[in-house]
Amino acid sequence: MTIFIIQILNSLFYAAVLFLIAAGLSLIYGVMRIVNLAHGSLYALGAYVSAWVVGGAVGHAMSGALGLAGALLLLPIGAVVIAAVGALIEPTLLRPLYRRPEEYHLLITFGLLMILEDAMKLLFGGTPLSAGSIMDSMGSIPIGRLLYPTYNLVVVAIGLIAALGLWWFIYRTRFGVILRATSQDRRMAAALGLNVGRVYVQAFAIGCFMAGLGGAVVVPAQAAVLGMGVEALVLAFVVVVIGGLGSLEGALVGALIVSLVRTAGIQFFPEIELAVLYLIATAVLLIRPTGLFGRA
Amino acid sequence: MTAMTTTTATADTGGAAFLRLLIAATAILVGLALLPAVVDPYQTVLLTYGLVMAIAALGFNLLLGYTGLLSFGHSAYFGTGAYTVAFIVRDLGAHSMELCILGGLAGTVLVSALFGFVCVRHTRIFFGILTLALSQVLWSLAFKFFWVTGGTDGIRVAYAKLTLLGGLVDFAGPGSFQRFVFAYYYYVLALFTLATVVMWVIVHSPFGKALQAIRDNETRASFVGISVRRHRWIAFVISGAFTGLAGILWVPLNGLTTPDVLYWPFSGEIVFMSVLGGFRTFAGPIVGAVTFNYLKTAAVASTEYWQLLLGVVLVTLVLLLPSGIVGTAMRLVSRWTR
Amino acid sequence: MSLLETIHLKKYFGDTHAVDDVSLVIKEGELVSLVGPNGAGKTSFCNVVSAYYTADSGTILFKGRDVTRDSVTARVKAGIARSFQLVNLFDDLTAFDNVALAIFSREGKTRSMAALARRDSAVTGEADAVLGQFGLAGKRNELARSLAQGERKLLDVALAYALRPKLLFLDEPTSGVSTRDKGQIMDTIAGVVRGEGITAVVVEHDMDVVFTYSDRIVVMHQGAILAKGTPDEIRTNEEVAMTLIGAAGPDAFTQRSDHARG
Ligand SMILES: Nc1ncnc2c1ncn2[C@@H]1O[C@H](COP(=O)(O)OP(=O)(O)O)[C@@H](O)[C@H]1O
Ligand SMILES: [Mg+2]
Repeated sequence: MTIFIIQILNSLFYAAVLFLIAAGLSLIYGVMRIVNLAHGSLYALGAYVSAWVVGGAVGHAMSGALGLAGALLLLPIGAVVIAAVGALIEPTLLRPLYRRPEEYHLLITFGLLMILEDAMKLLFGGTPLSAGSIMDSMGSIPIGRLLYPTYNLVVVAIGLIAALGLWWFIYRTRFGVILRATSQDRRMAAALGLNVGRVYVQAFAIGCFMAGLGGAVVVPAQAAVLGMGVEALVLAFVVVVIGGLGSLEGALVGALIVSLVRTAGIQFFPEIELAVLYLIATAVLLIRPTGLFGRA
Repeated sequence: MTAMTTTTATADTGGAAFLRLLIAATAILVGLALLPAVVDPYQTVLLTYGLVMAIAALGFNLLLGYTGLLSFGHSAYFGTGAYTVAFIVRDLGAHSMELCILGGLAGTVLVSALFGFVCVRHTRIFFGILTLALSQVLWSLAFKFFWVTGGTDGIRVAYAKLTLLGGLVDFAGPGSFQRFVFAYYYYVLALFTLATVVMWVIVHSPFGKALQAIRDNETRASFVGISVRRHRWIAFVISGAFTGLAGILWVPLNGLTTPDVLYWPFSGEIVFMSVLGGFRTFAGPIVGAVTFNYLKTAAVASTEYWQLLLGVVLVTLVLLLPSGIVGTAMRLVSRWTR
Repeated sequence: MSLLETIHLKKYFGDTHAVDDVSLVIKEGELVSLVGPNGAGKTSFCNVVSAYYTADSGTILFKGRDVTRDSVTARVKAGIARSFQLVNLFDDLTAFDNVALAIFSREGKTRSMAALARRDSAVTGEADAVLGQFGLAGKRNELARSLAQGERKLLDVALAYALRPKLLFLDEPTSGVSTRDKGQIMDTIAGVVRGEGITAVVVEHDMDVVFTYSDRIVVMHQGAILAKGTPDEIRTNEEVAMTLIGAAGPDAFTQRSDHARG
C-alpha cells in the first residue's frame, strides 16, 4: 500500500515536470503554429542555469547565510533566463520564417537544438550539476513506514499552481484574450490592430519560461545532465500529441497519462515502457489526430 | 522560384539537355572512380561514408522534395537496415554482403511498409510527428532489449568476416584493411550509381510526376483520379528502402551498429543533408550528404563542440540559403547565362 | 437517356442550406448551364456530385448506378470530372506535365515507375494535342504558376477534359478574366465539349454567354432549384429575372446582363 502511494506520488512529481515542459511546447504551437524542436534543450538549459546559480550561491555563501528560503528564491532564475533567451530567439531566428513552409520551422529549431546542446556542454562541462542542497535541507515526511522527500510534493504543488495560473492567464486576462485571438486567426488579429509581433515574442517567451521552470524545479531532485533535453522533448511530444497540440488541458491530462504509464511501465514492463508510450501517441494520432482536447 | 523549377524542368528540355546531363554524370563518375588512386585511404573512407549517406538522403528526398512529406523518422529505416545486417552476420553466420543487402532490404521494406501505412494517413506536421514517434519505438526497443541488440554497446560487425560479390572478394590475411577500403569504395560507388539512376528514373516516371502533383496540390491530384494515399505509401516504402540500403552499406564501414542510428537526432541529420544540398533539386541531397559528411568530420576534428558549429551552419543556411547549395548554384548559373 | 440523376440531394452547413433537396436530371450529350446569384449553392452542388463534399442525404445516380458513397477517385474513374472556380493546378509542374498527368492517370499508368514519362509517345502526343485544342501549345514548357489568369483557367479545364470524362463540371471557367477573353474561352470550351459529345454542366454568371451556349439552363437560389428550361424559357421567366438581376420585363437580361455578375 505504502509502495503504491509512493508510486503515485512519484508519477505526480513526474507529471508536474512534464506538464511544465509540454504546456510551453503546446502554447507555442497553439499561438505560433511552430513545433519547437529545441524546447527540450531549453528545459535542460533551465535546469543547468538553476543548478549552477543555486550551487554557486550555496558554495559561496557563508555557512548559514543562505538559508533554504534563499536557495528556493534563486531556483526560478533558470526559468527567467530561458524566457529571456526565448525573447531573443523569436525575433531573430523565427520571425523571418513565418511565411515559409513548416519544414523550415522544424529545421531552424533543430539547428537551435544542436547549438544549445553544445552550448551547455561548453558552459557547464560534462559533469552533472544539481541543486541537491535544497532537497536535502527540506527533509522528508513519513508515508506509512517509509520517508518521502518533501521537495517532491512541493514540485507537485508548483505544477498545480502553474496549471491554474496559466489557465487563469489564458482565459481570464486581457492578454489571454489577445493570445487566443491571435492563435485563432493571425491576420484577423493584425487587422483588428493587435501587435501580432509583440504577441508572438511574449507567447514564445512564456512558453520558454515554462520549459525553464520545468528544468528549474527538477534540478534539486535530479541532476542536470547532457542529453536530458533531447530525451524530454520526445516525451513532451507524446504528451501534447495525446492531449492535443495547442491545448492546455490536453497538456495536463497528457502529462498525467504519460507519467502514470511510465511509472507502471517501469514496474511491470520495463523493456517496452518507452515503446508503449510512443505507440499510444501513434494510436491517438491515428484515431483522434487533434488529441483528446485539441480543436479540430 | 528558379530553384523550384529544377525538379521538373530537366524532364522537358529534350534530348540535348539529357545528353549534357549524361556527359556531366559520366564525368563525375569517372572522377569518383579515379579518386582513390590519388588520395590517401582515409579520404577514400570518408568519401565512402559520404556516398552511403547520399543514398540515404536520396531516399529521404523522394518524400520531402517530390511528395511534400517531411519525415522526422528516417533513422528508423537506416537503423533497420543496419541492425538487420548485424543480425544476419551475428546470428545466421552469413558472410556474403549480397545476402546482407537482400535481407536488410527485406527488413526495411517490411518496416517501412508498416510504418508508412500508418503515417501516410496524415500530412504536414502530424506526418512528421508520426514518423518520429514510430522511429522512437524502434530506438527504445534497440535500447532496452540489450540481450538481443547489445543495448548502447551495439553489435560489432567486422569487415573481415564479410565477402563481396558472392565470395569472389574476401578480406582474410595481412593487409586486408587496405584492400577492404578500396574494394568497398568501388562496391559502394557502384551501388550509389545504381541507386541514383534508379531514383532518377523513378522521379521522371509517370509515378514520379504523380508524386510531384500530389506535393503541389493534393486535392487536384485526387480529382484527376490519383489515389493520393496509395501513391504516398508506395513512395514511403521506396524512400525507406533507399535509406535502408544506406544503413546496410554503412555497417561494414563503421564496424559497429548502435542505437544512435535509430535515435531521432539522426533523422534530423538526414533532413539537414537534404536541405544543405537543396531538397527541391534532384542532385541536392547527394551534394548535401557528401558535404555534410566532410563538414561534420572537419567539425569533429577541430572542436569538441562540433554540434554547435553544425547548428550555426544549419541556422545560417535556413535563414540565408533556403534553396541549398545546388539550388543556389543553379540560380546563379541561370542568372549568369541569361 | 439520363446520365446523371440527383434525387433529393442535400448538403447543409449549419443553418446554411447550400444544397437543398435538389432533384435534377442531366441527359447525355447536353450542355447545361447552372446559374444563380452568389451563394446560391452552384459550387456546392458540383462539390457534392464530384465527391468533394459528402451529401448529407439524397442519392446520386450516374449512368443508373448509385455513386453517392463513392470516393473522389472512384467517381473520376467512373467518368465524372470537374474544374474549379478557384484555379486548382499543379503549380510547380509545366502546363504540359499538368495535362500529361491527367492522361497518365486516366490510363492507369501513374504507378508505373520503370519508364520515363516523356518517353511515352502516345501520352505526350495526346497531351500536346489537348494543349493545342485549348490554345496553350505555346505555353507547353511553362510552369502552371507563371501562366496568365485566362490561361490558368483554360488549363484547369484542359486537365478535366484530358480525363475524357462522360460528365464534365466546369465551375465558372471564365471568372476573373476580361470580357474579351471570356467569349474566346467559352468558344474554345464549347467547341471542344460539343465536338467530343461530352455532357457538360457549366456554372456561369454572364447571361449573354449562358444564353448563347447552353442547351438547357438550371437556375438555383438558396440551395434549391428555382427554375429549369431552355434558354428561351428562362429568358422570359420573370421570377428568374428578379432573382438574378433584380429586374423584370421583356428586355431585362439584354439590358442589365452586366449586373448579373457576382
Ligand atoms: N465548406 C463550407 N463551409 C461552410 N459553408 C459553406 C461551405 N461551402 C459553401 N458554403 C455555403 O454554402 C452556400 C452556397 O455556397 P456556394 O455553393 O459556394 O455558392 P455559389 O457557388 O452558388 O456562389 C454559401 O452560403 C456558402 O457560404
Ligand atoms: Mg461558386
